[in-house]
Amino acid sequence: MPEITRDEVAHLADLARIDLSDAELDHLAPQLQVILESVASIQGLAGDDVPATSHPLPLTNVFREDIVTPSLTPEQALSGAPSVEEQRFAVPRILGDEQ
Amino acid sequence: MSELIQKSAAELADALAAGETTSVELTQLYLDRIAAVDGEVHAFLHIDAEGALEQAAASDARRANGDALHALDGVPIAVKDVLTTIGLPTTCGSKMLEGWVPPYDATVVKKIKDAGLPILGKTNMDEFAMGSSTEHSAYGPTKNPWKLDRIPGGSGGGSAAAVAAFEAPLALGTDTGGSIRQPGAVTGTVGVKPTYGSVSRYGLVALANSLDQVGPVTRTVLDSALLHELIGGHDPLDSTSTTTPVTGLVDAARAGATGDLKGVKVGVIKELAGEGWAPDVMAKFNESVDLLTKLGADVVEVSTPSFEHAMAAYYLILPAECSSNLAKFDAMRYGLRVTPDGDPSAEDVMKASRDAGFGDEVKRRIILGTYALSSGYYDAYYGQAQKIRTLIIEDFKKAFEQVDVLVSPTSPSTAFKLGAKLDDPLAMYMQDLATIPANLAGTPGISIPAGVSDQDGLPVGVQLLAPVLEDARLYRVGAALEAAIGPVLGLDKLDDRLAAGGAA
Repeated sequence: MPEITRDEVAHLADLARIDLSDAELDHLAPQLQVILESVASIQGLAGDDVPATSHPLPLTNVFREDIVTPSLTPEQALSGAPSVEEQRFAVPRILGDEQ
Repeated sequence: MSELIQKSAAELADALAAGETTSVELTQLYLDRIAAVDGEVHAFLHIDAEGALEQAAASDARRANGDALHALDGVPIAVKDVLTTIGLPTTCGSKMLEGWVPPYDATVVKKIKDAGLPILGKTNMDEFAMGSSTEHSAYGPTKNPWKLDRIPGGSGGGSAAAVAAFEAPLALGTDTGGSIRQPGAVTGTVGVKPTYGSVSRYGLVALANSLDQVGPVTRTVLDSALLHELIGGHDPLDSTSTTTPVTGLVDAARAGATGDLKGVKVGVIKELAGEGWAPDVMAKFNESVDLLTKLGADVVEVSTPSFEHAMAAYYLILPAECSSNLAKFDAMRYGLRVTPDGDPSAEDVMKASRDAGFGDEVKRRIILGTYALSSGYYDAYYGQAQKIRTLIIEDFKKAFEQVDVLVSPTSPSTAFKLGAKLDDPLAMYMQDLATIPANLAGTPGISIPAGVSDQDGLPVGVQLLAPVLEDARLYRVGAALEAAIGPVLGLDKLDDRLAAGGAA
């Protein structure tokens, strides 16, 4: 039986960049365990002879003519930004103290 | 309630063409209706009265000049809030996108604008389309117009409820695992998931790219055909868009309405019945199957054994895709930004924003997807789910060697009570048992009202499935069945129930 511990959920949340509170971890971890137990039923069902399908249509690369078409203006592209500076997205510091 | 707003979109188009009404009159009637009932139903997240009336006036001016753009020019429509609209907020039912106004239109939105359909507003949905009840909307649930203490289905409960409550004659929905068809079933309306790739996904805020599809939400099969043909077709902006023209659907619906299904082979899916399927739903479903036989169809039982594993495969593939899709909500370029105290880094801001902006279900699925894609688990979960997907596609192929269309109930039960499954994710996921296989395989499906349950008087849906690119079959058989079932009574009493506060 697969297990997903509270610590593991905390680690996954960290990887997914979600700052879960202790209360949220208490709430979500057991629910995820139940879901995982259910979906784990497919383990080992299909053998090596079954190919994987990632997409319902057999698509290969799609090309278009290399023609310049209008796109968003800088003002439009920045219109939803939480913070803008000099026609750019303004973001918090990226490096930590130790860098 | 005005008689006009109870008419189908096709009838309204005829009335506009005949000069019996105007788009401004119609649009105003729907806006009045929304003002009267949406306080209770809460189908809309945003109403654009001014914009809709402007578009309606432009439509009337065109028509006066003999320049109508499309049969549906001037017929109002509601749009699910997961489709981008220039100048109108697009929240996806999430706090993450509260107040976001996109700078571009989804291709399907552009198409309905180019055809002259006034947009009434944006409809409520489960956050980022994750859910089967619309209760996961960050802006509060939509209520089922049939009984206000019941769910309207999800994720597109807003679109279905708007159409069911006569707040709009047409709506756009999106279907990733049943989000058009299941709300259709529980609100007594028609909903279609087109063949994957036949309707552009450009401007649809992606939940799971390999599963999502935009489709029509209406009260009649013919109306769905009209809207489906309008929004379908190749789009160079969507690299998964098929080049096959989307035509013949309206003709198929009109042909089907004559009621002759001689020579049509229908397969009843053996696996989508039995334990977990409510007896009142099965009773109505069996009546529909009997009607298909009476209409001349050759009905046989068909087995699709791997469907049993569809839900498990889906709840690995979908979280995997959505966990990477939703990574774009990073508080840097658009959407909510929460800045913790002190001197937070970009990563701290990201984490705080995503915790504040996402609801429980979104968090559950992102974490599950992150798990399924982790090294060490990838082959056992995501890899295995992709193989099950292959088996499901093969089951469909084998089934369609024997029959022209497949049939099943759309949803295992009628609308359940609001709150009943909110904190029991697995029970909620079970709602989509019958609808998920079509998304995994890319095949088209329709849900039409089969009547109301003898137990609770709530609507039951019957689902038809066809092979990839054979959407026309859904319309032919669906229209025949719809005509044979006749009007599904109950919604006509809607205003009495609303007046009684939903207690009836």
